[in-house]
Amino acid sequence: MANGSLITNELRQLIGKTLDTIIFKVEEGAIQRYAQAIGDPNPLFNDPDYASRTKYGRLLAPPGFTGWPAKEERLSARLLGSLAKAGAPSRLLDGGIEFEFIEPIGAGDVLIATTKIADMTERETKLGKTMFTTVKTTFVNKKGNVALNSRSTFILF
Amino acid sequence: MAKQVYYEDVKAGTEITPLAKVATTRMLVQWAGASGDFNPLHYDDDFAKAMGVGAPIVHGALKRAWLGQLMTDWIGEQGRLKKLSCQYRGMDYPRKMKTMEEPQDGETWWCKGKVAKKYDQDGEHLVECDIWVENGKGEKTTPGSALVALPARSRK
Repeated sequence: MANGSLITNELRQLIGKTLDTIIFKVEEGAIQRYAQAIGDPNPLFNDPDYASRTKYGRLLAPPGFTGWPAKEERLSARLLGSLAKAGAPSRLLDGGIEFEFIEPIGAGDVLIATTKIADMTERETKLGKTMFTTVKTTFVNKKGNVALNSRSTFILF
Repeated sequence: MAKQVYYEDVKAGTEITPLAKVATTRMLVQWAGASGDFNPLHYDDDFAKAMGVGAPIVHGALKRAWLGQLMTDWIGEQGRLKKLSCQYRGMDYPRKMKTMEEPQDGETWWCKGKVAKKYDQDGEHLVECDIWVENGKGEKTTPGSALVALPARSRK
């Protein structure tokens, strides 16, 4: 880090690499607890009988929920591990997320999530020298279709 | 649920029905359990101070989930949420509890939004929205955007 850059060569080599493949099981009870924690009374996310009579045919997951523990948590732990080994700063904040919803996700679904480090940048912020890491995840359902794409930004400082 | 909103009902500037939320320490515990995010940043004073945020903060993902509710409430069952994004720009600090159920006095957060533009594409009636969570001081701590498809009255 002679030039003072946070992004070491070891870190740079992680860009574009597939970090992990995780299987998510979307369980009815986990959906209900998640909806309750949001404080969202929508019957599509809370009432399996109601939801089964809709076009979705099953309890629907609130936007972004793909099973417990939530994706961000599994990711941030594994991401931190890989990044820390490559010399990244150890303090991490969640910077934001983008979702693209393609097919509905609901109770009983199984999703295969593949995560890749898309980008790393750095700049000076209130937190000091700060590194931004963008991670892309694609969720494929049992039909073999992409159900969800996400792009998360993690802030390391 | 509110009545169904249709594509014809909205134009640039149309306000999305606001959603009020009160973040409490109790809610953060519930969120930690339901999401599986057990980062002490959201419940441990000393850890939060060491991380440089002063005190335990509201989970970004919870605020994102509030924005999800803002949109799914507004578009109703015939609408479809196609994209949602937000940035966790400002820290939010939960109210502490006065009783087991009741929070202390303090700020209320509002999830809000406005239609940015609407257009037809590939047979869908699409509406782009600017959305955000604002704190009790009116600061947008969590700005974002959403893309939805709405049903049209003319195609009913």
